[in-house]
Amino acid sequence: MNAETKAAEAIRFVLNGKTVEFAVRPDTTALDLVRLHAGLTGTKEGCAEGDCGACTVLLRRGDGPRQAANACIMTAAQLDGTELTTVEGLKHDGALTPLQDAMAQNGSSQCGFCTPGIVMALTGLIEENPEPEETAIHDALAGNLCRCTGYRPIVEATKVAAKAKPASIARSVLPPLRSEIAVGGCVLHQPGDLAGLLELRGRYPDAVLLAGGTDLGVARADYHSGWDRIVSTAHVRELRAITATRDEWTFGAAVTWEEVLATVADDYPSLATLIRRFGSTQIRSMGTIGGNIGTASPIGDGPPPLIALGATITLASRADGERSILLEDFFLDYRKTAMRPDEVIISVTLPRLKDGELFRVYKLSKRYDQDISTVCGAFWLRMEGDTVSECRIAYGGMAAIPKRAKSSENKIIGRPLDSESTRAAVEALSDDFSPLSDWRGSAEYRMKAAGALIQRLAHDAAGETVEVMAL
Amino acid sequence: MNIDVRSVQRATVGRGIAHDSARKHVAGEADYIDDMPELPGTLHAALVTSPVAHGKLIALDPAGALAIESVVAFCGPDDIPGHNDIGPILPGEPLFASEIVDYVGQPLGVVAAETFEAAVKASRAVHVDVEEREPVLDVETAHEAESYVIPSQTVAEGDVEAGLASAEQLIEGRLEIGGQDHFYLETQIAYAIPGEDGDMTVHSSTQHPTEVQHHVAHVLGGLANSVDVFVRRMGGGFGGKESQATIIAAAAALLARKTRRPVKLRLKRSVDMSATGKRHDMVATWKAGVRKNGRIEALDIEYLARAGNTPDLTGPVITRALTHSDNSYFIPAARFVGHACKTNTVSNTAFRGFGGPQGIIAIETIIDQVARELTLDPNVVRAINYYGPETGEVTPYGQPVEHNRLVEVTETILATSEWQRRRAEIDAHNATSPVLRRGLAMMPVKFGISFNLTSLNQAGALVHVYQDGSVHLNHGGTEMGQGLFMKVAQVVAEVFQVDIETVKITATATGKVPNTSATAASTGSDINGMAAYNAATAIKGRMTNVAADHLEVPAEEIVFREGRVHAGNRSISFAELAKHTWAARVQLSEAGYYATPKIHWDVKTLKGRPFFYYTYGAAVAEVAIDTLTGESRCLRADLLQDCGASLNPAVDLGQIEGAFVQGMGWLTCEELWWDEKGRLRTIGPSTYKIPGSRDVPRDFNVAILENAPNGEETVFRSKAVGEPPLMLAVSVWLAIRDAIASCGQPGISPKLKAPATPEHILEAVDDIRARGSATGVA
Repeated sequence: MNAETKAAEAIRFVLNGKTVEFAVRPDTTALDLVRLHAGLTGTKEGCAEGDCGACTVLLRRGDGPRQAANACIMTAAQLDGTELTTVEGLKHDGALTPLQDAMAQNGSSQCGFCTPGIVMALTGLIEENPEPEETAIHDALAGNLCRCTGYRPIVEATKVAAKAKPASIARSVLPPLRSEIAVGGCVLHQPGDLAGLLELRGRYPDAVLLAGGTDLGVARADYHSGWDRIVSTAHVRELRAITATRDEWTFGAAVTWEEVLATVADDYPSLATLIRRFGSTQIRSMGTIGGNIGTASPIGDGPPPLIALGATITLASRADGERSILLEDFFLDYRKTAMRPDEVIISVTLPRLKDGELFRVYKLSKRYDQDISTVCGAFWLRMEGDTVSECRIAYGGMAAIPKRAKSSENKIIGRPLDSESTRAAVEALSDDFSPLSDWRGSAEYRMKAAGALIQRLAHDAAGETVEVMAL
Repeated sequence: MNIDVRSVQRATVGRGIAHDSARKHVAGEADYIDDMPELPGTLHAALVTSPVAHGKLIALDPAGALAIESVVAFCGPDDIPGHNDIGPILPGEPLFASEIVDYVGQPLGVVAAETFEAAVKASRAVHVDVEEREPVLDVETAHEAESYVIPSQTVAEGDVEAGLASAEQLIEGRLEIGGQDHFYLETQIAYAIPGEDGDMTVHSSTQHPTEVQHHVAHVLGGLANSVDVFVRRMGGGFGGKESQATIIAAAAALLARKTRRPVKLRLKRSVDMSATGKRHDMVATWKAGVRKNGRIEALDIEYLARAGNTPDLTGPVITRALTHSDNSYFIPAARFVGHACKTNTVSNTAFRGFGGPQGIIAIETIIDQVARELTLDPNVVRAINYYGPETGEVTPYGQPVEHNRLVEVTETILATSEWQRRRAEIDAHNATSPVLRRGLAMMPVKFGISFNLTSLNQAGALVHVYQDGSVHLNHGGTEMGQGLFMKVAQVVAEVFQVDIETVKITATATGKVPNTSATAASTGSDINGMAAYNAATAIKGRMTNVAADHLEVPAEEIVFREGRVHAGNRSISFAELAKHTWAARVQLSEAGYYATPKIHWDVKTLKGRPFFYYTYGAAVAEVAIDTLTGESRCLRADLLQDCGASLNPAVDLGQIEGAFVQGMGWLTCEELWWDEKGRLRTIGPSTYKIPGSRDVPRDFNVAILENAPNGEETVFRSKAVGEPPLMLAVSVWLAIRDAIASCGQPGISPKLKAPATPEHILEAVDDIRARGSATGVA
């Protein structure tokens, strides 16, 4: 921690090119800050749960690019020391950007309520990828809902705009981060290193441990409870690190899913495909790998593939230092984990795939993009010739925790992955799981679908892709 | 008016001009109600709602809420100075439940606080005590108890019993049709500002400002002339803000009256989705008597519609379902019955199509079933049952089918979609693909335009020409994104032959144009466009006389063109003429009016001519399904829609595409899910999935029928477009059925529930495979 003795009394950041300070509680949502305190009403509230994208803004942290994020579930705590751009900050000398112009001319808006958010999401895309393919446009739009247009004119306008030269973006100098901010009875701590984080965690075990905030922020946006003390993990140097050795990848807990995605695309293409369906760009640019594990949702999409890959997780506390455990042992019961109140997640370590190993993860949901899994199944196999010598199968959505299907694994290990072993593995699922019925699917469907994913794996292993999205 | 668009090149009408607010939308500069600058002292409000589905209200105690800092006021049923009734058609629908609560999410009261956050917290702190009773949560239970919110309706013609008895084949079936949340991006909102003498100004996100005006006055115990309602734009409506916006406006006005401060009531998404109505889910069962060639000779369909706790608009929704159960098919003996089942769930309401989609998916599923069980080509079965193009065959409700374009749209879409080639390719693919199956389907839509209730088919407009030649346009229609304001402005610009920028579009206001109908039933541009046309034409007539005097020529020689007024080779600008007209003491303002001609409807017999005209369309959809997981994807869709002589092809294209995708959502990914306590659990976008950009057909070919002026004298011979293309999405549903059918033996018809979620598709695949070996041709 740096030497500042007195807590700052305002959140300070760059808003549309100007450094501003707002004396708001750090648990104020960024959307309320922008609309109510800054008076910028172009950013809309459509859902207050990070799923419709009407509140999309661009956020730049450190040296990174401007990334789309949902203002509704972001808090002011995450803005200090950043650059925030709202739709009001896009115009250049009073003129619309090429994207805005193309959208206005191509019928890309009808009621117009989703439009500013869509403009921001696509601006974030074009800045990083000036000539996006259609797939990339859909990836960028996955977090934005439009109920009027049917999207085609939005996608078309993006292609038109991508051909125009975008105006150069002035990068503002970011104000330095403050280690402590206290406003209105809410204290925000922003430690810069692990020692500082562990000290705060030890001292304030009841404080809200805030990573990307994409889960906690939903409750905050629903005005259920205020946070009186927040310890942010977002700026902890050690937690932001990505390290690679010949045998494994290690991701600091505060590495965002967008950063994970950019890293794993070559090593684990199936995981990359899953991550692209994991929330949206807005969610992935904020949500972290550690937060996704720490929140311990039974339907989180991170744990099943990480468990199947044999990931370990490293925890630390000031009192007892570091310890590493298998990720599958981290989840104890519904939303209950092996993490002690004074501990934090430091990192997640993933073994690299070796020759003869096969890894696939499949997600089933009502909608392809930005949906929570009905069932997520992940499969790691080591083959010796035609025989499966080792295997890990993990499911999400099938139990109170992300969980391995050990009975099914045993039906495959030591056998070739053929119709006989596959059938036995499917049947054995009922020994491992008795899922619940809810709005995402009945228990019967979940069981059938979990089995279907084993059958899909067998097709995949035989070199035959059988997915409608591949058509 | 006598207009033939084929011979006239128009200046403004017919051009694909962008939405009037497009540049403001993309810049974030279009103001919705929550974006308006707030007046000093503005309070924020939140609804208090029922936590249980059914019971007796024992206590409603706001003390806990009022103890929260900055909470200012509470209004419950006892705080209503006027009438606790907001029924849009029938009386007896309370704003706030007072004795019996009837659904989870039902408004019980409203709180106001200095901030929105405090209001939301306060709404949860009101103590609600309900003595719970057993709720009725499904339509079958209600139907068995004959518990309906309104009497059942029957559209009938011919001897159905005889037709069924003498049929060569009897086909029976059942279809569960899911409901749909509107999911307008802007949730329901109103901003009420109290004035002197008990007056109230209300900015409401409503499709029906007149109804808001009347009900606010009614609830406050005043007269209609004490309430002014303004609507500049909505962030989407889709029918969800036709009657439902009244709840929000009335609650805000109550608090404004009580506190004497401006009050804004904006619903959180979860409250919006719990408290306000949706598209009616229905269960349809049928018996069809058919010939071996697929000709339907008699058809009996019964619908159980989930009305919810009150009638709201269920009556006319069922009427439209019944009057669209024929879709494009002439059925000599028909009996269509609809029951409005009373359930302890939110009262369902208008949603784009207004019952039409439920009627059309039912008959299209019947046609598909007939074809499959008789092993006939579904398109052949469709064609053999079509209303004849020349015969003027009469619908079961008594309206002749005139200006029939069914054959034209069908033949065109089959050709442009390359049906034959693709049918063969898909069949070949399915023969060798055990897991992924493809399906292909074509279907037509015939949709009747006009409100079924004749009295609603009227509209007003107010047009002023100012002395500088600028034009102020106002009419009873509301803008919810559909481009109505631009279309009507184009009509006025066309009449005056001025540039579109000359015409100022203004917020809908009950003080300018009174007694309006909802902007609904696709009629917005038809009726408001014609009212504005009449207003502008009257002013133009007077200006013509002034011009004739001024230019000293007979009035017949005056021509308005390109912003000028010509007499031979002399001309003056439109603005100069406006100035001369004023100086000549001739009125430059006109209230226009229009009543749709030719229509009549007997609400007792359900016979008459409810529709001024029909609009036609056709679609071909191709899908793939995964028979392991039940996932589906629409790979290609080809749409053709009749827009008459389109007022604005760009706007109409947007309506067609948007409606189709919304219809796809209804039939694929959008699923309303209640738990055993009657709580809707899909109350936000994390649980209720509307289509995303990747769900749009990868190959999406959309066309407007060319050279097709309306056979009736509508405004510039255009046709309505808001709702009809939604039903083209039934093609996607039929294509999924086609893919499922490929998993069974010939002669077997799939049993698929709507929406076709992965779970429902997998269920149907497993079912047809299980039936495959046991059953031969039925």
